[in-house]
Amino acid sequence: MARITFIQAIFDGLIEEMERDPLTFVLGLDVTRGTFGRAAGFFERFGPERILDMPLSEAGFVGAAVGAAMAGTRPICEVQFASFFYCAFDQLCNQAAKLRYMSGGQVRLPITFRTRCGAVGGAAAQHSETVYPQLLSVPGLKLVMPSGPADAKGLLKSAIRDDNPVVVFEHLALGGAREEVPEGEHLVPLGKAAVKREGKDATVIAIGAMVPKAIALAQRLEAEGISLEVIDPRTLIPLDEEAILASVAKTNRVVIADEAHLHGSAASDIGCMIAEKGFDYLDAPIKRATAIDAPVPFSPPLEKAVIPGEAAIERALREILG
Amino acid sequence: MDIGKELVLEMYRKMHRIRNFEQKIKDLTTAGEIPGFAHVSIGEEATAVGVCSALRPTDRITSTHRGHGHLIAKGGDVARMMAEIYGKRTGYCKGKGGSMHIADFSLGILGANGIVGGGIPIATGSALAAKLAKTGEVTACFFGDGAANEGTFHESLNLASIWKLPVIYICENNGFGEFTPTAAVTSVKDIAVRAKGYDIPGYVVDGNDVFEVYRHTSEAAARARAGEGPTLLECKTYRWEGHVVGEGAFISGKYRTEEEVARWKARCPIIALEKAVLESGMLKRDELDRVAQQAREEVEAAVQFARQSPLPEPSEANEDLWI
Ligand SMILES: Cc1ncc(C[n+]2csc(CCOP(=O)(O)OP(=O)(O)O)c2C)c(N)n1
Repeated sequence: MARITFIQAIFDGLIEEMERDPLTFVLGLDVTRGTFGRAAGFFERFGPERILDMPLSEAGFVGAAVGAAMAGTRPICEVQFASFFYCAFDQLCNQAAKLRYMSGGQVRLPITFRTRCGAVGGAAAQHSETVYPQLLSVPGLKLVMPSGPADAKGLLKSAIRDDNPVVVFEHLALGGAREEVPEGEHLVPLGKAAVKREGKDATVIAIGAMVPKAIALAQRLEAEGISLEVIDPRTLIPLDEEAILASVAKTNRVVIADEAHLHGSAASDIGCMIAEKGFDYLDAPIKRATAIDAPVPFSPPLEKAVIPGEAAIERALREILG
Repeated sequence: MDIGKELVLEMYRKMHRIRNFEQKIKDLTTAGEIPGFAHVSIGEEATAVGVCSALRPTDRITSTHRGHGHLIAKGGDVARMMAEIYGKRTGYCKGKGGSMHIADFSLGILGANGIVGGGIPIATGSALAAKLAKTGEVTACFFGDGAANEGTFHESLNLASIWKLPVIYICENNGFGEFTPTAAVTSVKDIAVRAKGYDIPGYVVDGNDVFEVYRHTSEAAARARAGEGPTLLECKTYRWEGHVVGEGAFISGKYRTEEEVARWKARCPIIALEKAVLESGMLKRDELDRVAQQAREEVEAAVQFARQSPLPEPSEANEDLWI
């Protein structure tokens, strides 16, 4: 196993799947040159017929991915920043998400959308949003949120093989993270959470870039004799309710850490699910550590005030650890 | 040339202000003193200044991610701009916007924009308001060649055409959208021909010739004020620097040749202005040098102001969302 970065892992998965299935192709802005990471020889390997640079026309090329999928190909469509999905919302939410259902199950739409999200320091509100909360309430889209290189590769490969539209959110802050990643056929199923760290006093359900923050906190609190379990749902739709409830049943206390804004966040959704299905397991209120309900501001101290860090998870935990 | 000496000096001052400002932004971002993404417009000064010099103070503009030049040309205060880019509380947006989002509504600057093509409908709406209120104000809308492939561009031109709105669409064609050559992703060689599809006038303009840009904008503004509707001006220009400061982190290898960059540097819009006014005898070298020196000092003072300004308090993150 090689220790590689998140971006390298993504490209490993991409290249393997493109070699496996000649009907896959990549379309997006600057994809031949690779704006946010690249793999040596990627373009040379697949050529201009399978790696297509798009004009600045998000509605156009997101929709073109839908049509190409209908007609039998397997597009991998890159939307540079998740916030740019707003320019293509009709094609994503009205078309990609709904057309299989609305045609009575006639059509397959095997599209993978790769996008980057989250706050990385000074990108300001139009480039820092998580965006997946807006898609949680659009039935028909699977939502994937890897927290490290190995999952990134395994989830991306599963997303590409899936016959439904899947959006893979890559948090920009994770791009350089390194980890041992299995070579070759490493598939992480969609809908299967991971226990990133076992513990018994409380569960932190952490999404995406919140996972490393939760693990760092767990390591720190260990010295105080507090034992945290960290669960990474890995996919928000489908959601592994069983794994989440099993952990809450074990620790009886839960904080959900999500970089999305509080209202309508994945944390809110997961919290509500736990309240409905796991109420009897709880010894304390469910807590959410999320971004506050303000657009992500540019200035670093303001961004820090909006985005939840390790300290926000800790604050929430202290309230329920008693 | 029907442009008076005072206006020419003012154009020269603004072009120098932009050049110095952008150079500072580049240096300070490279040095790690400024956070975030910065897109500078060195080499494109004549378009921003030519357009805004033909506008009235009450006219409005919309700008882009590469917007510092437009803002300075419309009269933006370099100290408050610099403070914003430093993320300071004294900045135009109290540190909430940063480089890509500076606005000064009191000067008719409706804002830079982080979304490519995001400002085009806004400019169109601004022109609609001027028409409804019969104010005679014109809106100038800056955007890149890349943005001319967004649906917002096409929808806006159609709206402006059917309503005969007082708006001037200014496409700054610098040959690239990020690292992709415009020609590789654009159906036409000249964006200006797209005006035909919306039955409005469209012109290709030398975007490095401040006087030509000024003349075309003046004509378009006169048409707009006369109720004759929108104009599309495509200003051909070039960005000397990378797409974003420190673009090496985003791309390896070359996407344009040294010769191409050198060719455009040889067509420096500031030197072109100097040559024209020295040759015609309108201005003397020392008059120009004095203005250039002042512009340098203003930018230096702006950096000092930004450095000395306080950062916002964390609690300020909760302010300004609602009225
Ligand atoms: C809707 C949208 N898509 C993509 C981007 C990322 N992006 C920022 S600038 C840029 C290139 C824009 O090209 P152009 O409009 O020609 O302006 P230039 O940068 O050349 O001045 C891209 C792709 C964005 N900000 N917004």
